[in-house]
Amino acid sequence: MSPHSDSGHDDHSHLSDTELRVRSLESLLTDKGLVNPEALDAIVDRYENKIGPRNGSRVVARAWVDPDFKQRLLENASAAIDSLGYTSTQGVDMLVLENTPTVHNVTVCTLCSCYPWAVLGLPPAWYKSFPFRSRVVKDPRGVLQEFGLKLGAGIEVRVWDSTAELRYIVLPERPAGTEGMSEEALADLVTRNSMIGTEKAANPKAGKS
Amino acid sequence: MDGIHDMGGMDGFGPIPIEVNEPVFHAEWEGRLYAINSVMGAWGEWNIDAGRACMERLDPVVYLQSDYYRRWLLRMENLLVERSMVTRSELDSGAPVGVAVEPLPTEEVFDRMRASRSARVDAPIAATFKIGDKVLVRNIHPTGHTRTPRYARGRHGVIDRDHGVFIFPDSHAEFKGEAPQHLYSVRFTAQELWGPDAAESDTVYLDMWDDYLDAG
Repeated sequence: MSPHSDSGHDDHSHLSDTELRVRSLESLLTDKGLVNPEALDAIVDRYENKIGPRNGSRVVARAWVDPDFKQRLLENASAAIDSLGYTSTQGVDMLVLENTPTVHNVTVCTLCSCYPWAVLGLPPAWYKSFPFRSRVVKDPRGVLQEFGLKLGAGIEVRVWDSTAELRYIVLPERPAGTEGMSEEALADLVTRNSMIGTEKAANPKAGKS
Repeated sequence: MDGIHDMGGMDGFGPIPIEVNEPVFHAEWEGRLYAINSVMGAWGEWNIDAGRACMERLDPVVYLQSDYYRRWLLRMENLLVERSMVTRSELDSGAPVGVAVEPLPTEEVFDRMRASRSARVDAPIAATFKIGDKVLVRNIHPTGHTRTPRYARGRHGVIDRDHGVFIFPDSHAEFKGEAPQHLYSVRFTAQELWGPDAAESDTVYLDMWDDYLDAG
């Protein structure tokens, strides 16, 4: 992954005006009884501290060690993930896309920024950015190279453009040399980007980052 | 609508802005706005499709010049006014008019968020297509909301999967009913969409409703 200093939030000229308007909006909606600040606190806490890519990593690691679970996950992702007890995902219709030695999947939402919030938390800014939304459907190999992933001509790249209320997660390939690892240790190899499809699962020999 | 939001295939936006060790929210106000969006959505005055349609109606120049959460703010203000929950003068002055309502308890907000997640409809509606059927995406240009990207219109694909019956966003966004119908994964070759310079092996999958498709 090549770091860029530009965070994608380059709209600093609007920042103070935006911040003031958000504060004013919260105050107005609270005065009108339309929002309860405690509910806002609870939602922020949920996304900052409770829901994140770790849930998705555990789903992938389970699929790597349990072929029956993997089969159920590919056939009916929502039910299989529900069976692991993540209440945050209840009711979300999901589709799991399996990477193989000859197929690489990558997900996007060109029309807005649909993302499996319930399983991966909120998306990174780049996922919501105009460059990613515009380009990955037309030049997926070029975009993946920007993430450091170079795919050979023999690999079919499948781009999934999320147009419906159906959320995608990629099931990355289990890295070689992980045969003896525990499910918990395997989950550490499953990065957020590997479940979006812009990188592979981490190589255990490279060590944990 | 053929709006600026329909970005698939556009050039010129530059490199992907990859950020290392990115926080969930880049500023406190982003989190507050995110949560306001969830709580206000829980009142049920609009649905997810109407929310997207409202975003698409932003002035295209404003859309391009505003960052992600700035767009959310502008959309929220417009939704509140359009759905008569707040007036423009209340937004401008910050001073509420009228009697306050009783806020939704936090648990009720979470329950309603959970209940509104799925767009799947349990209805015995027949599918027009079956897996393997060749289809042609209709060349439609509705002025309202649609989830057919421009780059797929008039292109040939193959039904890869039938997801079952789902709410049809084009109708739902305009509060004209759910118009439930089958939703499919449709597979397109990259060359069908982007021409002979695209990689021969590559494919693009889109979720398409019956009303976007003809046999083809």
